[in-house]
Amino acid sequence: MSVNPNMDLTTVVDVTLTPEEKSAMDEVLSANRDRPGATMLVLTLVQEKVGYISPPMQAYIAKALGVPLSHIYGVLTFYSSFRMVPLGRHKISICLGTACYVRGGPMLIEKYQQVLGVKMGETTEDNRFTLEICRCVGACSQAPVVMIDEDILGRVSPADVSKSLRKYE
Amino acid sequence: MTYRANILISSSAPGAQAVEQALLEKIYEHHLDGEVQVMQAATLGPQAQGVELVIYPEGTHYVQLTPEDARLIVEEHLLKGRPIARLMFKGIEVEPLEAPASKEIRVVLRNVGKIDPGNIDDYIAVDGYGALGKVLTEMTPEQVLDELKRSGLRGRGGAGFPTHLKWTFARNAPGDEKFVICNGDEGDPGAFMNRRVLEGDPHAVIEGMAIAAYVIGARQGYFYVRAEYPIAISTLRLAIQQARDYGLLGNNILGTDFSFDLEVRMGAGAFVCGEETALMQSIEGARGMPTTRPPFPATKGLWAKPSNINNVETYANVPQIILKGGEWFASMGTEKSKGTKTFAIAGKVKRTGLIEVPLGVTIREIVYDVGGGILNDKKFKAVQTGGPMGGCIPEKYLDLPVDYENLAKVGSIMGSGGFVVMDEDTCMVDIARFFMEFTQDESCGKCVPCRVGTRRMLEILTDICEGRGQPGDIERLEAMAKYIARASLCGLGQGAPNPVLSTIENFRDEYEAHIYEKRCPAKVCKPLIEYIIDPETCIGCTRCARNCPVNAISGKPKQAHLIDPSVCVRCGICKQVCPVNAISIESEGKLAVG
Repeated sequence: MSVNPNMDLTTVVDVTLTPEEKSAMDEVLSANRDRPGATMLVLTLVQEKVGYISPPMQAYIAKALGVPLSHIYGVLTFYSSFRMVPLGRHKISICLGTACYVRGGPMLIEKYQQVLGVKMGETTEDNRFTLEICRCVGACSQAPVVMIDEDILGRVSPADVSKSLRKYE
Repeated sequence: MTYRANILISSSAPGAQAVEQALLEKIYEHHLDGEVQVMQAATLGPQAQGVELVIYPEGTHYVQLTPEDARLIVEEHLLKGRPIARLMFKGIEVEPLEAPASKEIRVVLRNVGKIDPGNIDDYIAVDGYGALGKVLTEMTPEQVLDELKRSGLRGRGGAGFPTHLKWTFARNAPGDEKFVICNGDEGDPGAFMNRRVLEGDPHAVIEGMAIAAYVIGARQGYFYVRAEYPIAISTLRLAIQQARDYGLLGNNILGTDFSFDLEVRMGAGAFVCGEETALMQSIEGARGMPTTRPPFPATKGLWAKPSNINNVETYANVPQIILKGGEWFASMGTEKSKGTKTFAIAGKVKRTGLIEVPLGVTIREIVYDVGGGILNDKKFKAVQTGGPMGGCIPEKYLDLPVDYENLAKVGSIMGSGGFVVMDEDTCMVDIARFFMEFTQDESCGKCVPCRVGTRRMLEILTDICEGRGQPGDIERLEAMAKYIARASLCGLGQGAPNPVLSTIENFRDEYEAHIYEKRCPAKVCKPLIEYIIDPETCIGCTRCARNCPVNAISGKPKQAHLIDPSVCVRCGICKQVCPVNAISIESEGKLAVG
């Protein structure tokens, strides 16, 4: 996703921010804008509250911190855990760390894609699941590992895939 | 510590209060309160087992206790020394994985799983913050450095730089404001040592950092922890708050004029931030790209101030060295690599988990004695140490004592302690490709040789794995590896070619089979293999056909099935679900075609 460098920040900000986005950002900004290294802190906390940082939100944060929009955009795109678009209601992360890779992680990818009908990185049409690959989650003794939201499922076999989705609506 | 026994009781379980009260009453009744200490822990085992308690030093684990049981335990176990078998935990203790007693020594992990990380009193009860007290009241910074020098402690983040030297540089650097940083950005796939320490014994790391701050003259410290470790982050934040409440962090610690405080900063999913200069960029709020060294962080680090940065495990070792002395620490390990090291054993071994062994044990001891040997009794092929910047060590080095120098000699590195075991079913070209995919993806892009070079190497490796390898590819990889390593700023680029070089060095035949015979000896690389159903064995249960994601399998119920290789995507699900093992993988190879 790209940001139009010529866009008029003031109008975009007013028009496209939802009240929830704005109040979440204001809360984070007022508590953190003067702390050293504020950019990362603010972005991390805003994403924690809202779930994503859309282009208008980036513009709003850049203005509030007094830094160029390019700086915010640069940081956002450098770190893989920042998102610019909303996630599905549940995030499925299939670990492809070394241990999970050798113990069958790639097979789980095939199976989840088949069951959900989406490719890696995509969200199902009903917005229920977003499917992602993740790096090692540090549960290698349980390999292969799948994370659904904050839950870690260990020793997952392709036969477990359909069952693993049930409790997440 | 003069107690004869320490009892940990799970305080969060329903009914725990009544059990604890009964226990304490009985202890007082028999005047054991000077010999036995009772401490509360949130939970003790992997599964909740009602009210539980563990009696140390022997580690007897009692479960499902009633107040009556507690009274009995005092009278039988504590007073008469007769453990009560019927109350003991009968299941298998899943964690922690225990090495044979003769091999495992727990220094860094000594409290993990034994104390409640959410309760600072637990840590204090096991001599916690005793080292900080000793340092602040009895030792000069020089004496601390001397003790560290005697211990021979080297950086546990992987490079093995002597800790006392690093601290000396930061101490001698001019400047009023200095920082202490803990690198908890444990990003190597296959490594989870730091996570366990941060989640299980956070105060040991905090104490080590406070001692470092005292030595170099810092007032502020930062924990940099990767965002993928939410439990570690919340545990740390709680631990820091508790330490502040007790006056162990903040102004005038323990009534001295030493002041120090800590803050947790989260990573956001960038592997390169484990590199120290990139990590500091990230704390400053920028893209985490490494900077040139010199200047080193010790003179110009965070916000251009002198900074000391060490790994979680390095700091966790420090309090024990202060309390027990450098000689004690140096008595473990090899000539140049002292002390113990935690390893995360993963991959194709029977027992995976976290271990701590003195440096100098052999790879064979780790794989077979501690790891229990290879899964399904297959043949050992290699062990990958040091993460994506490390190398694959083949069978001929099984008896190599593990230390910094030896691993470097065979083309790998210690790294942070990842230890991924591979068996005969692992394709070494595919593994090299996997690591190159990782480094290529995680390269920050600053140095062209790393940014473009890793991409080119990945393309060659992918071609080899997919049957498009050409004569000369091996030599091209070797040449590029040399330039990337030589012309990259940080450890990521410098180490990126290691997995390729070490697999070429030790498994050149596998590369040649892929390139010249279009054959994958380990039967892994999808374009070079075929799944075949043995019609004699197949019972026609249709399970494979029903589970095939691309409907490549045909056949009527109760009749032998057939896989169409032109449709098959080689996912291997059919082989996994087949109840009679009728499906095999073949890699016959074809002569190179133009």
